[in-house]
Amino acid sequence: MIKSQYMKFKKDDVIRIIFTIFAFSSLLFLLGIIIILFKEGLPVFDVVRLFEFIGGKSWYPTHEPASFGILPLIMGSVWVAIGAMIICVPIGIGTALYLHEIAGYRQRMILKPIVEILAGIPSIVYGFFGMVIMAPFLQKLLNLPVGLSLFTASVILGIMAVPTVSSIAEDALNYVPKSFREASFALGANRWQTLVRVVIPAAGSGISTSIILGMSRIVGETMTVLMVAGGAAIIPHSIFQPVRPMTATIAAEMGEAVMGGAHYHALFAIGLILFLITLVFNIIAEFISRRYRLKLGLGR
Amino acid sequence: MMKKSFLILLLSVMIIFTLAGEKGKISIEGSTTVLPIAQIAAEEYMMANPAVDITVRGGGSGVGIASLMEGSCDIADASRSMKDNEIKNAINKGINPVAHVVAMDGIAVAVHPSNKMTGLTVEQIKAIFTGRISNWSKVGGLDKKIVVISRDSASGTYEAFGNLALNGDRVRADALLSASNRAVITTIETTPGAIGYVGLGYLTKKVKAIEVDGVECTKENVLSGEYPLSRPLFMYTNGKPAGQVKAFIDFVKSAEGQALVEDVGYVGLK
Repeated sequence: MIKSQYMKFKKDDVIRIIFTIFAFSSLLFLLGIIIILFKEGLPVFDVVRLFEFIGGKSWYPTHEPASFGILPLIMGSVWVAIGAMIICVPIGIGTALYLHEIAGYRQRMILKPIVEILAGIPSIVYGFFGMVIMAPFLQKLLNLPVGLSLFTASVILGIMAVPTVSSIAEDALNYVPKSFREASFALGANRWQTLVRVVIPAAGSGISTSIILGMSRIVGETMTVLMVAGGAAIIPHSIFQPVRPMTATIAAEMGEAVMGGAHYHALFAIGLILFLITLVFNIIAEFISRRYRLKLGLGR
Repeated sequence: MMKKSFLILLLSVMIIFTLAGEKGKISIEGSTTVLPIAQIAAEEYMMANPAVDITVRGGGSGVGIASLMEGSCDIADASRSMKDNEIKNAINKGINPVAHVVAMDGIAVAVHPSNKMTGLTVEQIKAIFTGRISNWSKVGGLDKKIVVISRDSASGTYEAFGNLALNGDRVRADALLSASNRAVITTIETTPGAIGYVGLGYLTKKVKAIEVDGVECTKENVLSGEYPLSRPLFMYTNGKPAGQVKAFIDFVKSAEGQALVEDVGYVGLK
């Protein structure tokens, strides 16, 4: 009797330890990644000063003498992100509002899975589509010198981020308590007034979270921009110029960089900057969503 | 008791693996330009010598050379010769890299098929790629903006092109940088004003290769050295190759190996 109880306790204990290890493994991975990023990224500042690295306008990492200015790469990422947001925010939020407010049961049953399939398409397929179909099409349509550009990349990335934005925004709309709506209707507001004045403000921080997470997906996206952004390391003056976002630079150059050389460290430093950017996005998203849950009195 | 038998099992497995290792394992890593050669040569070699196990990986010239220094590969493929600091690093690590030329490659300059240009001089190519000329009308073509397509600045082809055509000058900043030879071809195919360069083996019928200094980019002209944009491709070993590695390198250099080199689109040495 006593023995079996002892055994049982032991078994529970083992399982508990195993799951604790699993739960903390993410932390371990994160720590490992941070340590590697700093260890491999910081040595570049022996070669180039921080200001020259972030503010420098020319990126010729393999030239003699090399120049490591990543401002064109940062601007490439920033502009592509802004362009993609212009496309994915209205479509994503619009989709969420439609699914939540207007679509009937049957429409929702069809539309929701379709949006989710969009999320499951590998990014290389998007990239291929952009490179082989969309870029030549835009190039002919608008009579541009080249179809691979900031504009093409923004459109494709915008489409890619729609599911992220719409599904999180829809969840946020679903979280709005029914009583809010009922109260609004009871006060004589119509559906539109209820939606704009009550439901959207109540879900506001959830919707902001969806936008920020969409943005973080766009900034981190690699394969697609590598294929459709064109890859010229310039600060764009027009939306039809090619750009070279940070992620594409790392992906394209890491394979050929001399291990342990300044170029190699510079690529890690770009990775570090990207990591910090997405980290900030995630912290903001977390902060907003926490505040939002408290505001609605749903606990933490 | 259990522990002991497990240990014995582990030991015997390890011994078997070491024995198998001695039977002949070659690992090759490096340049994606040399990759097709290494792959087909490895396949044929293994067919003839089933006892040998060859693994071939791409990754790039820099990666291959780094692995050779770390001792994690036996042969490093490279589409460029090793840089001074790489050689210095290798010697510091006790590695003595020896180069073997296994093939020649010509870098073809290609334009969109609708382009009427038939040839350019190296000087003109340099002016276009460095940004001094931006319109086809300046080199005798139509009044159309030139879209310059280059390989990524870290690729061996870029470096070879930079040395052969640009004398080490920088490629213009607004050039489109593509991550692979195939991506260069795809972009040229779909861009009427484009000019780009690829390894001879990657040329397709959908783009138009132009003459450089009046010489067509053909195997004969690359081998004779007449075509200005030609380069050797290397396999590096640690010290003079011995045993299986030597046999493999000899095979690649043999008439049979060089026929394979031709098969995958490069220029054989004989």
